[in-house]
Amino acid sequence: MAITMTKGQVGLTGNAAIAYAMKQINPDVCPAYPITPSTAIIEDFSGYVADGAVDTELITVESEHSAMSACIGASAAGARVMTATSSQGLALMWEMLYIASGMRLPIILTDVNRALSAPINIHCDHSDSMGARDSGWIQLYSETVQEAYDNLFQAVRIAEHRKVLLPVMVCLDGFITSHAIENISLIDDAEAKQFVGEYIPRQHLLDTDNPITYGAMSLPENYIEFKHEQSRAIAGSKEVVLEIGKEFGKKFGREYGLFETYRLDDADTAIVILNSAAGTTKVAVDALRKQGMKVGLLRPRLFRPFPFKEITAALKNVKAVGVLDRADSMSGFGGPLFSEVRSALYDLEARPKIISRIYGLGGRDYKVKDAVEVFGELDRIRETGKVETLTKYITL
Amino acid sequence: MEEKKDNNLPLGGVIPKGGTAHEYSTGGWRKLRPVLDKNRCTNCLICWVMCPDSAVITEDGKMLGFDMEHCKGCGICAVECPDKVKAIKMEEEAE
Ligand code: SF4
Ligand code: SF4
Repeated sequence: MAITMTKGQVGLTGNAAIAYAMKQINPDVCPAYPITPSTAIIEDFSGYVADGAVDTELITVESEHSAMSACIGASAAGARVMTATSSQGLALMWEMLYIASGMRLPIILTDVNRALSAPINIHCDHSDSMGARDSGWIQLYSETVQEAYDNLFQAVRIAEHRKVLLPVMVCLDGFITSHAIENISLIDDAEAKQFVGEYIPRQHLLDTDNPITYGAMSLPENYIEFKHEQSRAIAGSKEVVLEIGKEFGKKFGREYGLFETYRLDDADTAIVILNSAAGTTKVAVDALRKQGMKVGLLRPRLFRPFPFKEITAALKNVKAVGVLDRADSMSGFGGPLFSEVRSALYDLEARPKIISRIYGLGGRDYKVKDAVEVFGELDRIRETGKVETLTKYITL
Repeated sequence: MEEKKDNNLPLGGVIPKGGTAHEYSTGGWRKLRPVLDKNRCTNCLICWVMCPDSAVITEDGKMLGFDMEHCKGCGICAVECPDKVKAIKMEEEAE
């Protein structure tokens, strides 16, 4: 089979690219309730359904709670299922997210990251998907339109992998990525189809020769064992994410790992940051490197499960780390990514100094100068060995 | 991490076969029990239709009595038994 570097580039917004990937994947069922800024995904996709370009059954439900409920029902019935949402929509799905993962249903959800109310805000931050971080879903974060598009195909393979069988959430930044046009390489239709393959459910409700029940009760005598199995499955999915990222790279020329590092190898200080803001940070890294500062970046792609060992190994020689969160845990102890990275580094004999900086909530711009300032602070910490302010908001 | 599979629990808490409700006694928490007056019963089988736990036993179109392993004592059969007949009485389980 020919290895394709794709046939030219095409300018698409993040939403259009996700909808196009969904068209190429051609899922059996798509229950959806559109919400800003992910609306255009379902808008575009419903066009494909109306045009007969896909065989998908589009179910227009009355709320996101119903959207995820319908995803669960359809998936239990043996369908390949996809949906998309943002912000309050994901929050309203919350109860059902746990049911999807507990039932081990390989549902795919695109979350276009948006702030949570109150106050009402439609712009980018990661409060929505961070709120779902313990729901048992695998979470992939995407820096660019290209990565979001590529992640969707890989998400299908990861979710449906026999060692995993868990739902996967693909996250991209609201407006910044969802509405900005970027030149991307598309995968050829036939190759996309071949890459995701046919979905053969392990068991399903429509198999009347082998009747099964989904959603039964499990009391103290075995509930914990089900959760233990689920916990092992998500921990083990890391290997599958790597394997499929490699396979994707071989076929399409763009390989994906657990995280991306940028000029980190010999770096004294580093910023850890998710999604589109990593691009801005890379510009700052290049500028400071020109001035002779040894700075670098680590951008997690897989956040659930959290690749703590690999991230620790990548940061072990850095003197000072700034973890930048576009969400606040409201714990008085920094953002969620900070807590995880700081906890991962604890096992090192000689730990880097580490600080939490919360930035960009509700779509506030994060600029190159913001990254430069954080690197400046980190450099002072490197020099003095002292952290003066552990957690604080920037971009205020 | 040293991992051993806990047991052979079905994936995702699925019950991997049909008819397993037979094996689960829902009669354990019954407070009231239905008692049939065979002389009044016309075998209309309305109770059989209405019982939520399929606990009314029938044979050849005749109402025979109750499956007390699964009857939870809700009293629906007694209410639904036609007014002119009223062949089912609910009695305290304790008595
Ligand atoms: S009391 Fe309720 S459960 Fe028992 S036989 Fe009557 S209807 Fe069925
Ligand atoms: S509803 Fe009453 S009359 Fe009809 S079969 Fe049942 S017990 Fe008999």
